[in-house]
Amino acid sequence: MAQFLIDHPFWPFTLFGPWLPYTLAALVQIFFIVNLVAVGALLFIWMERKVSGRIQDRLGPTRVGGKFGWLQTLADGLKLLTKEDLMPEGADEFLFKIAPYVSFCASLAAFMAIPFAGGDYPFVALHLNAAVFFILAVLGLEVFGVILAGYSSASKWSLFGAMREAAQVVSYEVPLGMCAVVPVLLAGSMDLVVIGDRQAGGFWNWYVFHDPGTFVTFWVYFTCATASVNRAPFDLAEAESELVAGFHTEYSGLRWSFFFMAEYGSMLAVSLLASILFLGGWNGPIPIAHMLGLTFQHGLAWGIAGNFLGMINLINKGVVGVTVMMWVRWTLPRLRIDQVITTCLKYCVPIAAASFLFVTWWQYAFPNGLILSQSPEGYSVYEHWHQHAENAPTTPAANTSAQNVKMLSAPVSAEAVN
Amino acid sequence: MEAPIYWPSVFFFLFAGLACAFALAVVISPNIVRMAFYLVLSLASTAGLFFLAGADFVGAMQIMIYVGGTLVLLVFGVMLTSQDRFISMKTSTFDLGVTGVVGGCFFLLLWYSALSVPGWRGLSIEQATAAESQLQPTATQLGMGLLGVRVDAPDHSGYLLVFEIISVHLLVVLIGAAYLARARRRKTLAVE
Repeated sequence: MAQFLIDHPFWPFTLFGPWLPYTLAALVQIFFIVNLVAVGALLFIWMERKVSGRIQDRLGPTRVGGKFGWLQTLADGLKLLTKEDLMPEGADEFLFKIAPYVSFCASLAAFMAIPFAGGDYPFVALHLNAAVFFILAVLGLEVFGVILAGYSSASKWSLFGAMREAAQVVSYEVPLGMCAVVPVLLAGSMDLVVIGDRQAGGFWNWYVFHDPGTFVTFWVYFTCATASVNRAPFDLAEAESELVAGFHTEYSGLRWSFFFMAEYGSMLAVSLLASILFLGGWNGPIPIAHMLGLTFQHGLAWGIAGNFLGMINLINKGVVGVTVMMWVRWTLPRLRIDQVITTCLKYCVPIAAASFLFVTWWQYAFPNGLILSQSPEGYSVYEHWHQHAENAPTTPAANTSAQNVKMLSAPVSAEAVN
Repeated sequence: MEAPIYWPSVFFFLFAGLACAFALAVVISPNIVRMAFYLVLSLASTAGLFFLAGADFVGAMQIMIYVGGTLVLLVFGVMLTSQDRFISMKTSTFDLGVTGVVGGCFFLLLWYSALSVPGWRGLSIEQATAAESQLQPTATQLGMGLLGVRVDAPDHSGYLLVFEIISVHLLVVLIGAAYLARARRRKTLAVE
């Protein structure tokens, strides 16, 4: 957004320096991201109640807020606000108080790098070149909040929960990363905007339908994502039937709810990531925006309008992903810790590795797809890399980076810059 | 008009200050779990410095490997071993003196060597802005370099062999760890 404001200076902004677009963009983006996580949690907690109710042949909340009990979460929130903020006697005060915020910050930070629409001016707070990697790294930090909460509570249940969580998250990061590499391989980029844009033009271009290998990878990814956000059937860290409530046994009130905002935030984050990596991101199943001419080729306003449609697409896909996670939670029983580790190391890792090799082979054997062309411009990663390698030394990019090195290492003078 | 503020410098001092402050907190804190937590914050601030330098990939790597990988294991281990005498560790004055002298010498050495390289002294705002506008995304270049084609070197010599050696090395370590951690206890008990 900052780039957009710099490229298209409107009147009031031209009066100030370049800091204004950056500040403005930062504020707007922070507002949207915080609200996406907070309001998203309100919606998802209500949905969890409704979904679990329906699955158990109940109605779920029906009264609060008129129909469907849609204000139930708000009532819950008010209740949590008025609860007493308790802390056990032997607890490590500083770590106990800071742990929920660590979880929440990690979950929130992942949204910085998630693009909500692509094109020339993607809807993304931080357009990172290595966005996939960044999001996986940051989401892995959520475990710190859980471990610290478990340790600092001075309670056996909490400590057990934290130990399980640490073992589980560290092992599930391996297959999760391996699955995320497959779309990166197909797109030839770790930039989520590029990955999403490569899947434009109808659901047959989505990477999940690219070949049998990616189809398998998608389901492995979803399993590992469910485990890495600590959801049932992998919710051993809170296992209420054995550990009371696991790592958050000793928490109450608003601090407790921060853990839940973090959990629902990361559920949405991994679902959005799955949508971008495998399910076409902001491209709908039928390229309606493209048919209506809502692309950046027809002008800026059309492109932005198309991006809004794309954002609705992506958020819908993310919400569907979260709903599937809820469905799984209320359908499958919780695994034991040895079963969790077995699932990871004996099933997810080998399957992910095999499908990675299969996809590599497929790319080599059918660079342009088997039946349908995989992308509108007949793009092949292999050719792209070759071109990049051959053209690189003569392109301005290489020259400037060489200059850059020279300039930074040589004694500084005005000539070096000129 | 006052001199314009170069915002990257401001953020540099912010992140560098945080990294140093938390590093000091690691040393000063008497509680071993809090030390581990401060180390998390210190390394995360270092990742912030990498992002500020335009090296997204290295920054994400720092978070993934050091903060998310190594330190989770560290906190995990520390949590299990944090008995009473590690909750409030007392350092003797002698130890403080020795570590102070050693640390101080090392700091002076670093300080001197950092300032003695002319190219590392500060740029003016115009030069810094010019250098900033030439920043390239690093992930592709890094990937190409590791696969044997460096785009920025004149002879394109990359690091394929090094990369392969390190990969094989890590694989050997993984297999070795799995072998050592294998449950063989029952067999040895039967022999005894």
